[in-house]
Amino acid sequence: MNPFVYNRAADAADAVRRAAALNAKYLGGGTNLVDLMRETIERPPALVDVTGLSREIAQTPDGGLMIGAATRNTALAEHPLVRERYPLLTRAIVAGASPQIRNMATVGGNLLQRTRCVYFYDDDGARCNKRRPGEGCDAIGGFNRMHAVLGASDACIAVHPSDMCVALAALEAVVHLEGPAGARSLPLTDFHRLPGDRPDLETELAPGELITAVELPPAAVAARSAYRKVRDRASYAFALVSVAAALELEGGLVKDVRLAFGGLAHKPWRAWKAEAALRGNAASADAFAAAADAELADARPRSGNAFKVELARRTLVAVLTDLAGAVA
Amino acid sequence: MNLTVNGVVAALPDDPRVSLLDLLREQLRLPGAKKGCNQGACGACTVLLDGERILSCLTLAVQCEGRSVTTIEGVGAPGALHPLQQAFLEHDGFQCGYCTPGQICSALAMADEIRRGVPSHVTGDLTAETIALDRDELRERMSGNLCRCGAHNGIVEAILETFADQTEQLEAAE
Repeated sequence: MNPFVYNRAADAADAVRRAAALNAKYLGGGTNLVDLMRETIERPPALVDVTGLSREIAQTPDGGLMIGAATRNTALAEHPLVRERYPLLTRAIVAGASPQIRNMATVGGNLLQRTRCVYFYDDDGARCNKRRPGEGCDAIGGFNRMHAVLGASDACIAVHPSDMCVALAALEAVVHLEGPAGARSLPLTDFHRLPGDRPDLETELAPGELITAVELPPAAVAARSAYRKVRDRASYAFALVSVAAALELEGGLVKDVRLAFGGLAHKPWRAWKAEAALRGNAASADAFAAAADAELADARPRSGNAFKVELARRTLVAVLTDLAGAVA
Repeated sequence: MNLTVNGVVAALPDDPRVSLLDLLREQLRLPGAKKGCNQGACGACTVLLDGERILSCLTLAVQCEGRSVTTIEGVGAPGALHPLQQAFLEHDGFQCGYCTPGQICSALAMADEIRRGVPSHVTGDLTAETIALDRDELRERMSGNLCRCGAHNGIVEAILETFADQTEQLEAAE
């Protein structure tokens, strides 16, 4: 690990000031950043510890929730209002990592975790356009069964590893930021980038910007919701495919639906096309399959991951079928 | 710049690169917590930080200022074993023993999480106020602690017996 200067921030403004002065990275639970620093893939000259910042989970005037970015994953998953109103979020969080890691990991850090692509991690032995833009990608044509089938590029086929973010995409979460140029907010679905020809740029964060909170708008549709994760072992593994889904029916028709995929893309993949295909139509097995096909028509599998397209289709249909049955 | 380890005040390192695990093992000479993968994949370094289980290999020691750490050395001692340690002996909950300190610290915190009602991936009803510690819940909740010897059956039995006993004692006391 390269030497660095350690600072602890008193509040968000203090964190932003310190980070700008030191060219620092922000440190949350460290479950990803410390690992990447040990591998010398991340080499920040300074860290500003933001775990002392807000970890409050507060109701907003419109009936949503405002979640301080330093909230630990466990605290968010076990919060009574999250379990009651946004059960797919609790389900997504407890499907990820291990209890020890969820006790450490923060909400802000979860959004900023980097891909677990093994070629990204192999600094000595593999080419990676994320680590050194322009040098090539050894995952393309390599061992890529874990990699992206949607929204990838010829520069990068890495996937975003988060489960929590998949639920947040379906819930239309809003990410609140504070930076040297002031405060702003972004929809979660616009926060992460597709790789294009700059896979080293993973989010829309400006230099020195800090995630201060994640806001959940009220979502009646989430009352009937699910998160299903398909992985190589029963627990403690990253997703091959995951689906976050919420479904509201009225008279056998789809009144509202939210769908997002994990494990398929460089960002949590909101399935807008599948939602549009379903909204206002009958909640039938045929309709679910057609919706999945609409979303996955653009899929571009690589040498080792063609199975993901069919797996994603079947998982989406299964989750929607379960939810429709639970509603009926 | 101090932290407390097993009730004893200790100084934090000057170098912020030192992990909590390395502080415990190399500077405080508490070798109970083990360095397995050193990348957050195996759970052998699990300790309790303010009573919650965390991975000491991915925790920078400087982040623990003013906090309280419990390692396996603070759980029990020869001649005064914790009931869970005794149960690991009786159920062959280990072969080589390398994962055992992490397993035991993890299980102690897991029992607290169950009592607190923290849901897991296999919990059926998210709004239930009480969660029963059955084999499915236990296996899911202990999945962050790997055992390469494959002593899992003994580990599961030891944990189940220990915390089933505690539940009965609590009920008897009421």
